[in-house]
Amino acid sequence: MLDIALNVAFAAITLAMVLNLYRLVKGPDLADRAISLDTLYVNAIAIVILLGLRFHTGIFFEAALIIAMLGFISTVAFAKYLERGNIIE
Amino acid sequence: MITDVIISALLIFGAALALIGSLGLAKLPDFFMRLHGPSKATTLGLGSILIAAAVYGLSSDTLGIAARPILITFFLFITTPVSAHLLARAAIRHRLYSQAELPPQREPKHEPPQR
Repeated sequence: MLDIALNVAFAAITLAMVLNLYRLVKGPDLADRAISLDTLYVNAIAIVILLGLRFHTGIFFEAALIIAMLGFISTVAFAKYLERGNIIE
Repeated sequence: MITDVIISALLIFGAALALIGSLGLAKLPDFFMRLHGPSKATTLGLGSILIAAAVYGLSSDTLGIAARPILITFFLFITTPVSAHLLARAAIRHRLYSQAELPPQREPKHEPPQR
């Protein structure tokens, strides 16, 4: 039963990442691409967690923690670049 | 057995919420509407997937699997509103307008002073 649920979750998250890529390519403004990248890293964390559940190791969770930290920092840097035009003043 | 049911339900709930959030990001017509989907639905979906991973780690007696998802959950629930707020402020600086209808305006009682 857990395998079936994992497969359904994999399919749903993959479809969600495809939708994010659609918005990333199409998005009419830079801010749309920024939120698309933000959602893309959140979905990447979800897929790494599901891989960790499937292979039953804790290494994938460390990778997910690093993706969470770097994704937040990159979103903040992107938003600051959109707002002010530079990142480090 | 009961933990398998709990883990499976949390996984499917979380994956469905993440899919709904990304569908909102792809389909809604306006930037400020598009910000709603990822910043609420996808965060809750990822939180429930992480809680499923924590329950799985606790049920299989491997604390290394149980501890890290809780840490990621706290970190994500703190940082997602911050990034959504920063992106909304950047969009306002870029003069992106919302297409949502304004509530009906009432007539002002007094005329504004003419200058």
